[in-house]
Order: sequence, then structure tokens, then C-alpha cells
Amino acid sequence: MADAPKVAIRCDSLHRYLGKDEGRVHVLKGVSFEAHAGSVYAIVGPSGCGKSTLLYLLGLLDQPDKGEIWIKGQMMSNSLDAVRTAARGEHIGFVFQFHFLMLEFTALENVMMPMRKLGKLTPTQMGERAAQLLNDVGLADKVHRLGTHLSGGEQQRVAIARALANQPSVILADEPTGNLDVKNATIVFDLLTRLAKENGQAVVLVTHNPDIASRCDYTRPMRDGLFV
Amino acid sequence: MSQNFRIALRFLTAKKRAMVMSLSCIILGVGLFIVTQAATSGFQEFFIKTILGTNGAILIEDKVQQTLRSLEAGSYNSGYEVRQKEGQKYIEGIEYPDILTNGVKSFHNVSGVSAVLRSTVTIRSSFREQTGQIYGINLEDHLKVSDLASQIIEGSLNDFRVQEGGALIGRVIADKLQLDIGENFEIEYQNEIHHFKVSAIYQTGVNDIDSVRVYVKMDDARALLKKPTGATYLQVSLFNRDTAREDAFEMSNSLQYRADAWQDREKSWLGVFRAFGVATAITVSVFTLIAGLAMFNTLAMMVLEKTKEIAILRSMGYTREDITRIFLWQATIVLTIGTVAGCLIGAAITYAVSQYPLPITGIFTSHKFLVQWSAKHYVEAVATAVFMVMAASLIPSRRAARLEPGDIIRGTAQ
Repeated sequence: MADAPKVAIRCDSLHRYLGKDEGRVHVLKGVSFEAHAGSVYAIVGPSGCGKSTLLYLLGLLDQPDKGEIWIKGQMMSNSLDAVRTAARGEHIGFVFQFHFLMLEFTALENVMMPMRKLGKLTPTQMGERAAQLLNDVGLADKVHRLGTHLSGGEQQRVAIARALANQPSVILADEPTGNLDVKNATIVFDLLTRLAKENGQAVVLVTHNPDIASRCDYTRPMRDGLFV
Repeated sequence: MSQNFRIALRFLTAKKRAMVMSLSCIILGVGLFIVTQAATSGFQEFFIKTILGTNGAILIEDKVQQTLRSLEAGSYNSGYEVRQKEGQKYIEGIEYPDILTNGVKSFHNVSGVSAVLRSTVTIRSSFREQTGQIYGINLEDHLKVSDLASQIIEGSLNDFRVQEGGALIGRVIADKLQLDIGENFEIEYQNEIHHFKVSAIYQTGVNDIDSVRVYVKMDDARALLKKPTGATYLQVSLFNRDTAREDAFEMSNSLQYRADAWQDREKSWLGVFRAFGVATAITVSVFTLIAGLAMFNTLAMMVLEKTKEIAILRSMGYTREDITRIFLWQATIVLTIGTVAGCLIGAAITYAVSQYPLPITGIFTSHKFLVQWSAKHYVEAVATAVFMVMAASLIPSRRAARLEPGDIIRGTAQ
């Protein structure tokens, strides 16, 4: 079954269990969801309701026990690890709560890292694009700073630039502002949504912040492993 | 520069303590391996060189004669038999040394053959007398099968060639009999006395040789010993000393003379060296194992410390193979630097050890600690390090590749 072109990512009846034996929990109980290009989606809900688990499944970082995931019309849920890995590099950009920069590398090198793996650009083009992205997130003067020499807000902005590096169809953000103060949270959210909309990318973010959720195009509340 | 190599290099340089720890293990392992190998084989090699330089690779002496065999008596299958003790017996000496020499020279590994006529005699100077052994040799032949030329410490071989009644005497005999170059002495054999002149004094370092052997020209020996033909043994040198046993076996079979290879003649001393080598190998193996375990721990720690980075890389499209390669690159970088530094340090320590004064006499003569400089030791040390490091790094690297990024990010990675 082929998706309509504007559907960037879609999942049907996703089930996911976590833990083992008596500690095994049915985290996702048949979740279906789709995200369209150029739209921003907020998944909200109490801790443990399965928001992040859904995000990791959508990002192909984890495999569902049941259900299907489609990215740009291609079913990914049952594909081989190599196929899912390649799809992550080409179609998905991640922004995590704790920045997750490679601290031994500079801001520029961090942004270039996904591009180097994808290998579609020359090193010069990669450098220029990374510099442009860092300029877009307001870090033009800090491109050569190591990750350790950047503040939390700056690190998260580098992470956004890195997520956008390969021009993915979907940006998945797990509490991207959860570790930032109000001012930085606003900057980061505005950046993420503006750049994604400019590039026609679907943004799916998990958040506990009602202000952030209210500013998204769509809000999908979750409870006990299901959208409500 | 590949991206995986770039990442590995940056991971390494960012974790200086871990890198220094890994490097130290490899440098110490490689360095110690080289030094112990050089020191152990140094003594053995010098001993072998000494015995080959004095008695040659193979000694051929005593003709083999088959003894009587058991015979059936009466008609075929009569059941009667005349039983004899079956076996071989040896007839001392070599009757026709020239013919046998030609036969020995037909072996492709033989580089030289020297016929030697030997007997026990009394050596007498104006100072005192002692029992010794006279060795009649053809000098030019003997120089091809021994290191006699380089063992001369006083006088000259040329004098021996030209002097009538010239003799080469050992350092210990010269000291005992207080003989100097150009001085006359007597050799008595079966009440007949011949006069000789000291042409040169040699020193092999082997006490058993330097204290008894007097080399004289073959004709002089024949005249004294009253043996116009024949020889006591043939001393044989080989191009490849390591096949001496096989060559001796072949010679013995085809020439019907007993042939002893140097490995069998010096079995007891070589056994001592082998035991010494095994003891050293055990020590080095234990140390190498400890170094390997330390390396394993360090790399395993690196993987544990980098689980977050592994998740990031996997989320960006880096494959499991990329992750394995990054950690294997780390091991390779450390291995390369470690082995180069280890070889240099090993060579430096080997040189320092070789300068250590350690006078040895008896089985050979040396004034310093003996080491052997051999590329083989370095190749073996590097090969051992490669094996240990790769074995130690493969498990953590594969473990890193198996980590599920979702599990790491959720904080549930095992």
C-alpha cells in the first residue's frame, strides 16, 4: 500500500512490550499515527504512557512487537537492520532531550557527521552546508568550538542543525526543550519549527510542556499506551 | 581519512588516560618480548656458533659394519635357526679419507670437509709437561669447516703455513706450559719425540678445547703417529646448519660411516638452553596475557563510556559494522603506536643489556651479556601484540555493535 506523497511517516496498530518475565509491560497497545510534511505534531501525556517508546519506534531505533511503520511510502517495521539504519541516515533527524552531541568534536564536525555517513556531498559542500545550518541556528561564531565549550542551549541548537543536516523528511524530537530554561526553550522550539516548515519536513515532538504543545499544529495526547 | 578512523582517533585522543594505559600495556609487552628473546637466544646462538666454529656441523667417524645375522639352518622352513645378536659394530677411524671426502662433498648442503688425524700425546715445554691431543689438519681445508682463523689471538696462520714443524696451541696450554710465539716444545707419542714451534695461539673459549688441542700439519701428525694414511674423523660444515640431523642421517645411510650432527653432540647443553628458553617463554607469556587482559579491560571500559555516542552514531545512520570498525580502529591505532614504540624501546634495552659486563669462560668466552639481534624477534613480538590486541578488542567492539540505540537512549542498555 503506497502512502500519499504528503504523508512523511505513518504507523498502524503498533504494539510494544518492554521488560522481561513478570516485569514485562505492554507499553504501546495498538497505536496508529501519521505525520504530514510541513506540519508540527506534539505528543503529550504523563510519564510512562509510551510517548518516547512510540518516538523511538517511529525513528527505527527500536522494533515493534506488532504493527507497521511506513516512511515515505516504504514499510520499515519488518526490514533488516541495515535497511532501517540507512533509512535513519537518509529520512530521519533526531533531537534528544540531553543534546547528545559528540563532545570530542566541534559544532561544525557534529553537524557534518550525518552528512559524512550519507556521503552525498563533497567534503567542501558538507562544510559549507554545516556552516550554513549553524548560521541558521545562530551559532555562526561558534562553529569551531568543541561540544564541551558550548552551553546547554547552544548544544541543543547544534543538535537541531545536525538533525537537519541530511534534509530528512521527518524530525523526531524527544523533549527537545526539557532540559532548557524558558528563554532557550522558546529559541530552540522556534528554530526547530521554522526550519522544518521552511524545508517541508514533518516534526514530531514529545513534550511535557503545555506551552510548547499548544504552539504545535497538532497535539496528540496519549494515555496508557494509546492516543486518547 | 575515513570517517570511522576520524571518529576513532578523536575518541582516543579525548581519553588520554585510557590511551596511555593501553599504550603502556603494548609497549611493555612488545619491549619485554624482544629483550627476553634477544637475551635468551643470545647465549644459545653464541654457544652454537662456538661449537660449529670448533667442531663443525657434522663429525664423520668410525665405519659401520653390520654384524652377523640369524640364519636358518637346514632346509627352508625347517624350523631350525642359528641365532646371533643382530646389530652393528663400528670400526674406528676412516681408512680412505679422500674417497670419503669426495662422497661427503656430493651432498648439496655441504660447504666444506676437513680430514683430521687425532691422538693423545704428551706435550712438553722447558717449564713442564701435560697430556694433550694432537690434531693433524690440512689448514686450508680446516679453515673452511671452522672459525680457526678468527680464533687466533697471537701469532699468525701464515707462519703456521710456512714454518717447518709449526703448531697452533690453545691459550690454556700456552699459559700452563708458558709457551710464547716462536718458542719450541716437544710432543711425545709412544716414546717418540718430535719438536714443534708455536706459530700461533688460538682461543675458542671452550675450556675443553683450549686446554688440550694442538693443531699441526697433517704430514707432521702422520710422521709422529706413524699413520701414513687414514684419518680419525672428517669435520663437515654445512650451508644450512639446521638440517644437520637430516644430512647426518643421510650420510650415515649412504656412506656407511657414523655421522653425528651438532644437535646430538651437544644435546645436554642445548637441553639446558631449551629449558632456559621455556622458562623465559612462560614468564613472557604470563606477562603478555596480563597485558592482553589489561588491554581488554581498557577497551571494554572505552565501549562502556561510549554507549551514548554509539546511540548517537546509530541514530545518524552509522551501521553496526561502522561501530565495530571504530573500536577496531582505536585498537589498531594504539597497536601501531604501541608496537613501534615497543620495538624501539626493546631495541634500546637490548643494546643497554648487551653493554652489561658479564665475563663468561668455560663453554664459551664472552666479556659482556650476550644478546642476539634478530628481525625474527621483532616480527614475533609484533605478531603476538597484533593477536593479543585484536583478540582483546574484538569482543568489546562486537558488543558495542550489538547495542540497540533505543535501549541506550532509554537507559536500559545491558
